[in-house]
Amino acid sequence: MSTGTATNAAPERTTKAATAPYRALARTLGTGAPVYALLIVLLLALAATDPGFYEPDRFLAFVKRAAPLVILAAGQYLVIVCGEFDLSVGAIVTAGVVAAAEVYGTHPGAPWALMTAGLLLAGAAAGLLNGLITTVLRVPSFITTLGMMLILEGAVFYWTGGSPQGRLPEDFRRLGRDTAFGWLPWAVLACVVAGVLVALLTRSDFGRTLVATGDSERAAHLAGVRVRRVRVLAFVLSGVAAALAAVLVGGFSGVSAQAGRGYEFEAITAVVLGGVALGGGRGSVVAAMAGAFSLQALFTLLNLQGVSGALESTVQGVIVITAVGLGAADFSRLRRRGHPPGPPTAAPPAPATPSRTHREGHPHDPQP
Amino acid sequence: MTGTALVPRPSPAPAKTRAPLGRHRLADPAVGVWLAAAAVTALGWIAVAARGGDFLTLTNVVGILQNSVALGLVAVGQTAVILTGSLDLSVAYLISLGTLVAATTMENGSVVTGVLAVLALSAAVGLANGLIVTGLKVNAFIATLGTAFILRGWIEDNYTGPAGKVPASFQHLGYDRMGPIPVSLFLLLAVTAALWVITRRTRFGHHLYATGGDEHAARLSGVRTRRTVIAAHVLCSLCVGAAALFLASRLGAGAPWAGTEARYDLESIAAVVLGGTVLAGGRGGVVGTLGGVLVLAVLDSVFNQLGVDPFFKNVVRGVVIIAAVALYARHGARRSA
Repeated sequence: MSTGTATNAAPERTTKAATAPYRALARTLGTGAPVYALLIVLLLALAATDPGFYEPDRFLAFVKRAAPLVILAAGQYLVIVCGEFDLSVGAIVTAGVVAAAEVYGTHPGAPWALMTAGLLLAGAAAGLLNGLITTVLRVPSFITTLGMMLILEGAVFYWTGGSPQGRLPEDFRRLGRDTAFGWLPWAVLACVVAGVLVALLTRSDFGRTLVATGDSERAAHLAGVRVRRVRVLAFVLSGVAAALAAVLVGGFSGVSAQAGRGYEFEAITAVVLGGVALGGGRGSVVAAMAGAFSLQALFTLLNLQGVSGALESTVQGVIVITAVGLGAADFSRLRRRGHPPGPPTAAPPAPATPSRTHREGHPHDPQP
Repeated sequence: MTGTALVPRPSPAPAKTRAPLGRHRLADPAVGVWLAAAAVTALGWIAVAARGGDFLTLTNVVGILQNSVALGLVAVGQTAVILTGSLDLSVAYLISLGTLVAATTMENGSVVTGVLAVLALSAAVGLANGLIVTGLKVNAFIATLGTAFILRGWIEDNYTGPAGKVPASFQHLGYDRMGPIPVSLFLLLAVTAALWVITRRTRFGHHLYATGGDEHAARLSGVRTRRTVIAAHVLCSLCVGAAALFLASRLGAGAPWAGTEARYDLESIAAVVLGGTVLAGGRGGVVGTLGGVLVLAVLDSVFNQLGVDPFFKNVVRGVVIIAAVALYARHGARRSA
């Protein structure tokens, strides 16, 4: 994982500026350092524009709104870090919401726990299919999950005749709407639990083999990793995460044909904001989830600033490009040329982002 | 058309390709996709005939060809970008903006200024994409997604609905025919031919393949890979501009949903991959892409003739795309992404 790359690169990059505390910090933060900085800046900006933002209720409401995206980003991380894509998560969210409403239409009395479990299982099934098609039939996951997206959206609308109807009963929507113990929104709890589970998962053997697979499929295979199984499992977990997000989204906003639209790109953006390399092998899941929080903070900030809905996407585009560009920039080069490396907050990522040639990137700096 | 696909390609093991020539041809995705298009047409013809209809009428065939012009233009441009190992997700919003710019400039100015404005806008967007990908080293997926968001904001901020009006003289592009063949088809063929020549017969084209095949190796052997990627993005966006002009001429006005409704971003990538171009870059070509576009268009037409539910169409589309790409993968084309 990121720890490994940092230590590997250390002998070569150890300049006078990179003192031990810096390296320790960089090792802890990994490639995610820029996203933590971004998140802090955004949260400070939110506090500055809206003094009441950190009142517990409102802050929890913010986390609650971010929850589906954070969960999706955690799932997407697993898929991306092993070198694949999952474009079907948005469709899984839409399909989940619409299918739940449809089932409730015919069986109004279905218990919510059963329904939620059913959705999670269906999400796992969709992920399993994605994984098997990608690994066994060797279809690039971009195409597999794009196809799955078309299939799911088409199927759901075909089933409902084009306009999803029906309502979700209150007890099913509780997970998205209500609070536990009178103050903690269930969504926040779900988000925290899912986040902790995934974070623990990435520290387990499975997580390590996942990253190793994304880093070098061949090396992982030679080292005895069952590459296919690991990848399929990543897709399954991403599908489950998407289904969980569907339950939350259904609770927030009810039944809509647009429920999950665009979530797939937002999730991928969040993961990449977190410094996870598309193509796999690098990055931490906590940073990916921080990326999701950053995106949500950005949306909230733009809303508070009164940026019109239209321009919001422009600003979002600019910021995402800039943030990812800054993350990709290799500040150690500046340092070597003798320029000051800028503010110290920007310095730590340098040692952790050695100019490794990863498959998807554009490694322009020559390897020494 | 199929003949062009037999040009020696920089694929591994050229020595043993001589002996089983027939099999080799079939294994070539660019040939395979045209065969698939023929097969889909035949199946469609049978299916429609079984219901007492007639699929292969002249109007129907012409309709299929006309329907594939817009996606064809985008997909051919997308091919150039994908060959370098990059990607363009901003095409859908660029089309929308292109139709709006075309229609609003033509409303008060001449057709020529309108065309030039759209092409200038496209070139600028392509240049921006290329510079962000190569200069800022932002992954192409994110870079072009970001550009897409920027364009979307611009559109939504400035246009609330259809805007502008295209003069009647410009609508000839969308509606005129030479004999039975629509003029716009010649536009598509001309653009495809130009891109075929560029990719297969020029030094720049070889650089495209080299960059996509192994960027590091290409750079070490003297290819200016950054310039190549930037040029590919500009080329792609110019093709998208052409598609926007065609759609503006068809619609008679600029439409903010022209590109997004038809999902040209993902559809074009699907067509490119159906045509046998490898997503990771370095292998494939525009001839296959055109075949991929044709497969999608024929499917669409068959479904319309059979009166299949439009939502069910998407289901089948997804299955076909996955199945087709799975077939190529079985033929041993080694997947690297």
